[in-house]
Amino acid sequence: MRNKKEKWLAFLLVSPSILAVAVFVYGFIGWTTRVSFTAWKGMIPDYTFVKLQNYIDLFTNNLRFQIDIRNTLIFTVIFVFGTLLLGLITALLLDQGLKGEGLFRNLFIFPMAISYIVTGVVWRWLMNPAQGSRLSGLNLLFHTLHLDFLNSLYTATPEWGMAFIAIPAIWQLSGYTMAMYLAGLRAIPDELREAARVDGATEFEIFRYIVFPLLRPVTLSAMIILGHMSLKTFDLVIAVAGKQLPLDMPSINMWQTTFDAHLYGSGAAISILLLISTAVLIIPYLFFSLRKEGQQ
Amino acid sequence: MNRSRARYWSYIPLVFLAIFYLIPVYVMVMTGFKGGNEISIKEMWNLPHSFDFSNYKLAFEKLAPNLWNSLNVVLPAAVLSSILGSLNGYVLAKWKFKGADIIFPLILFGMFIPYQSILIPLVQVMDKLGLYGGLPGLVLVHIIYGIPITTLTFRNYYASIPNELVEAAKIDGAGMLGIYWDILLPISIPSFVVVLIWQFTQAWNDFLFSVVLTSPKNWTVTVALNNISGGQIVPWNLQMAAAVLAALPTLLVYIFLGRYFLRGMMAGSLKG
Repeated sequence: MRNKKEKWLAFLLVSPSILAVAVFVYGFIGWTTRVSFTAWKGMIPDYTFVKLQNYIDLFTNNLRFQIDIRNTLIFTVIFVFGTLLLGLITALLLDQGLKGEGLFRNLFIFPMAISYIVTGVVWRWLMNPAQGSRLSGLNLLFHTLHLDFLNSLYTATPEWGMAFIAIPAIWQLSGYTMAMYLAGLRAIPDELREAARVDGATEFEIFRYIVFPLLRPVTLSAMIILGHMSLKTFDLVIAVAGKQLPLDMPSINMWQTTFDAHLYGSGAAISILLLISTAVLIIPYLFFSLRKEGQQ
Repeated sequence: MNRSRARYWSYIPLVFLAIFYLIPVYVMVMTGFKGGNEISIKEMWNLPHSFDFSNYKLAFEKLAPNLWNSLNVVLPAAVLSSILGSLNGYVLAKWKFKGADIIFPLILFGMFIPYQSILIPLVQVMDKLGLYGGLPGLVLVHIIYGIPITTLTFRNYYASIPNELVEAAKIDGAGMLGIYWDILLPISIPSFVVVLIWQFTQAWNDFLFSVVLTSPKNWTVTVALNNISGGQIVPWNLQMAAAVLAALPTLLVYIFLGRYFLRGMMAGSLKG
């Protein structure tokens, strides 16, 4: 009897949060989906049902959205691969019990604490594309060090400018993958490596055939988390590049289409496509993470 | 033998990597110290001739209202969402009601969504509630969208506490709230630190909600900084000084409480 009352009280305690999430996450997603099927343009809501027209227009009649898809792909591939690689390298270097390990570790993680806006403001200056007598930023540094072959137009590079925005993103998040890989490496028992060494395996073979396969779950988790982050990238691009068409992303397109151009139907459709692409990554991830937890 | 000596070679790549991570900090902090006669781009990599604090002073005067706005949003948001997360975590770990195991992942999903997908109704609702443009609305938004991560962190922590502890307290006649207040809350102080730090950092660094929901006089520091650096009018040394000021609060938290920061980071990928 008393237990039942307590259970009710417990439910009552979480119900405000459940309600808030139900409304602000699921209710709002539902509402946005509804807007994405309407002809709403301008300041006054217009819920005339137009079926999939907004989505069809995005894929058939919208150059900007094509640029967005291309940029998202470029950014995601370079950002995810670069962050994983740099994180793995730093983790392997630090997993040897060197003196000063803690200092390096803190140094590699601190960018995580900074906002994308700060990162973007600094890197925009570092990646100044000006040439000739106006050389500055990294290009100036490369010139002074006689490394002129590294000179680059960065985000002003035709077609591939987006790839360079991945550099500050890698700078900011490689500490995260490093921390995940370090935890993964520490979980591998020393006996395993010792046994391989006794059998005459080289250090590289040990990494290739023992360590790396054991790190696969870490790599997969990191890939999913980073992948979904890169789909959502917004502030960093704005801070590095402002709002330029060649460096556009779906998140920025949605913002401008909706709140500057007041094309609510189209903006809603972009955001729903963005949501679907994230959900495809995240839902299976949540499912497997929680199921694994349940088994333990 | 061979191996233990070989590892010292690792310092070479480590130092180069350290330089890569520090370059932006060097440029940001040092440029901020350069006086008006030193901002020639030819000298941008040189150390400043003298430490001139006038940029930092000027940047602080410019950003002070925005720093204050940020603080007023971030502190209540971090505290309230931590409290909610702790209560939710407790119930979802120790007082599972029917459907709790379905509700938990549904709550979690909320931290992964692109917020663009809720922005249109959010603006409409905030407007209807008279919260659009102001700081209280922004606080509310940070609290609500902070619920998933705070709930997750606390639930994982409380789930790691043996059930016997709760059962024994029940036998002793303690009620649901009593067990929380007397037993679980006191031992979860470290989790509170983790969550508070994480929420503080996330909300301080937020740009999207602030730029969409606040009017210019209520801009938080990220929006103001982006605005300062967006044009060509503001000189570089002032921009860099402003960036340092915007980064400083979260950076200090990281420097002094880095251990907890790391745990928050891992919790965010369900690895807590």
